[in-house]
Amino acid sequence: MILPLAQHIGKPAVPLVRAGEEVLRGQPIARADGFLSVPIHAPADGVIEAIELKPSARGPMVESIVLRVYEASTQELRWAEPRDLAALEPKELIQAIQDTGMVGLGGATFPSHAKLSVPGEFPIHTLIVNGCECEPYLTCDHKLMLEHPDDLMVGTRLAMRAIGARRAIIGVEDNKLDAVESIRRHLPADGSISVEAVQTKYPQGAEKMLIKSLLGVEVPPGKLPMHVGVVVNNVGTLAQLGQILPAGQGLTERVVTVTGPGIKKPGDYWVPIGTPMRTVLEWAGAPDVSEREIILGGPMMGQAVASLDVPVTKGVSGILVFDKPHMDDGAERKSYPCIKCGECVNVCPMGLNPSMMGMLAARREYDAMGEHYHLGDCFECGCCTYVCPSHIPLVQQFRVAKGILREKAQ
Amino acid sequence: MNEPLRLELRTSPHVVKDNSVERIMFHVVLALLPIAAFSVWQYGLSALALLVTVTGTCLLTERLFNRLGGTASTLSDWSATITGLLLALTLPPAFPLWMGAVAGFTAIALGKALFGGIGFNVLNPALVGRAFVQAAFPVAITTWIPAFSAQRFSEFAPTTFTLPFMTPPDIGDWARAAVDGFTGATPLARWKFENVLAAPGDFLSGAVTASAGETSAILILLCGLYLAVRRFLDWRIPVAVLGSAALTAWVFQMIDPARYPDPLFVLLSGGLMIGAVFMATDMATSPVTPKGVWLYGALIGVVTVMIRYFGGLTEGVMYAILIGNALAPLIDQVTQPRVFGAAKGKKA
Repeated sequence: MILPLAQHIGKPAVPLVRAGEEVLRGQPIARADGFLSVPIHAPADGVIEAIELKPSARGPMVESIVLRVYEASTQELRWAEPRDLAALEPKELIQAIQDTGMVGLGGATFPSHAKLSVPGEFPIHTLIVNGCECEPYLTCDHKLMLEHPDDLMVGTRLAMRAIGARRAIIGVEDNKLDAVESIRRHLPADGSISVEAVQTKYPQGAEKMLIKSLLGVEVPPGKLPMHVGVVVNNVGTLAQLGQILPAGQGLTERVVTVTGPGIKKPGDYWVPIGTPMRTVLEWAGAPDVSEREIILGGPMMGQAVASLDVPVTKGVSGILVFDKPHMDDGAERKSYPCIKCGECVNVCPMGLNPSMMGMLAARREYDAMGEHYHLGDCFECGCCTYVCPSHIPLVQQFRVAKGILREKAQ
Repeated sequence: MNEPLRLELRTSPHVVKDNSVERIMFHVVLALLPIAAFSVWQYGLSALALLVTVTGTCLLTERLFNRLGGTASTLSDWSATITGLLLALTLPPAFPLWMGAVAGFTAIALGKALFGGIGFNVLNPALVGRAFVQAAFPVAITTWIPAFSAQRFSEFAPTTFTLPFMTPPDIGDWARAAVDGFTGATPLARWKFENVLAAPGDFLSGAVTASAGETSAILILLCGLYLAVRRFLDWRIPVAVLGSAALTAWVFQMIDPARYPDPLFVLLSGGLMIGAVFMATDMATSPVTPKGVWLYGALIGVVTVMIRYFGGLTEGVMYAILIGNALAPLIDQVTQPRVFGAAKGKKA
């Protein structure tokens, strides 16, 4: 098993173990380095083989803890410190959340405790629980809502306490009404938590889109949800928090959607964090993936991986295996100059002008993109590239432009 | 060690819509074919010869510039075909073929290739070609032949095979022999100079004198509707053009009913219909922003009516669209969409 030290946004964790050390499932093996950082827990009983560079989903080698799992390792969690959460102050609660190593499981991997620590000047009135699947193909959140609504309620209440919100709305896309039903049966009697169905439309799962759908409020450019008194958390995050926080456990596994035409047994699997892709794919009945594309995350924003040694990390919501004809066949698809059809402008959820930005990017006028065309508001949903009849890789151009502007700023 | 694993690597999004420039353009060609067929049925062999000549010249010119530029052939994107068909449909059916070839060459060479090919042109290529021959051959471009003449499938109009650089023969006698009482003036010219209004029914059946593609309002609307439904055409542009033209005409008619015609006449006459549906909607030369699209369409409608009423020309659609094309980048600049979350009416 391979556990990168940086599975979250923020500073990488600091190893607490040395090579050769034996660890128990659930034991912390790396600690948080500062506030914007989270610990990592051992996903299984075993022995630490090494702490070394291993391939990551994004390509570069990253510092990782390598764990050799004992054959006899069981599902039993052998390391936990149950705590009485009712007695905790919000501050202590947030510390307890950090100790679980929880991050945004939708894929953003922003440390949950940091998200739930809102500065005093922004009073939070509503916690929005994001039950919209981030992307097409993914079903992990849907499954959790169906099967663990009780945990979701516990987690939602804890999060409300941490941020001081008096109400919570669970927003679920209207193609998952069974999940709405399942949650409704578990709602508390005091009416503080409600569930609402919203239109099924990508990218409904994007924070700002969901806030608009539920509250009719738009978060201003460059601002965060807390600036309008809202905090958004993913259902998966809260459901698992509701399960592990009272038990005093760490985050050692997550639900991963494994699907795509190349998978024989598609489904949502509980996967221990750190499991190499190869193992997951063998389990799901995809022994031969050559000439195919393996995507971590969803089809719109996911990352294609170059190696089967890449592990499932905290932010991996899905593993898709696509056949060739299923993919956009970039080589065969001819790219044309922009014909200014305006489709990308019509579909951009942020009200940007991808057509113009694409032309600027082609001329390397990155500053103009940032200053006049709000490049920073693009969250790379991929809609513009999806509709482009000229097959211009708009999102990729924007990613490059953002990277260049970031470098310039430094 | 077994063979190294081969994995596909791409950047997201990993799925895309099944759409392409060729597909859009191909469907526009499809939608133009019924209109072209109708014009051949109306005007016979001369119209057919003109369509073939102009479209052929456009394709050859496109290929020529591909070769000069050392690029792969761009004929397969169908855009040159569209230019050729549209151009031919806006010319008088008996237009001398060699002049048609000049128009086709100018359209692609000056209107498109000089700017860098598809997507980079500022003005609608077909209209550039037409504007050129309108200036170069003012008589030929206002020489009309009657529709539905009995011999239209057995003989060409005398002007069709005019030798290059020769003055086309006068066809007045020939036309009057073909159809009794033929005046050779378009409904717009008759209104402007003789104050005679054509009946709406004549427009719908194609029984008027005009450019090949101007006479089939219903057919043009149907073909446009097909494209709009299949989302190969932005429905807002024709709606804006026709709406603003009708509104402007209505206002003038309110002011002086004796002098100005009713809005229906304005909509059905001349090239407004084909211009609004097929030319103003050219993607490369129209704005991309939602507000800009409405503004652009409205502008074309108003300018068309202004030229018709107050200009020296009988028809204003061509120049109205060219003006709209020229202003499109500016319109885009001032109508940038509101960024999500930005305050209304304020620049973020």
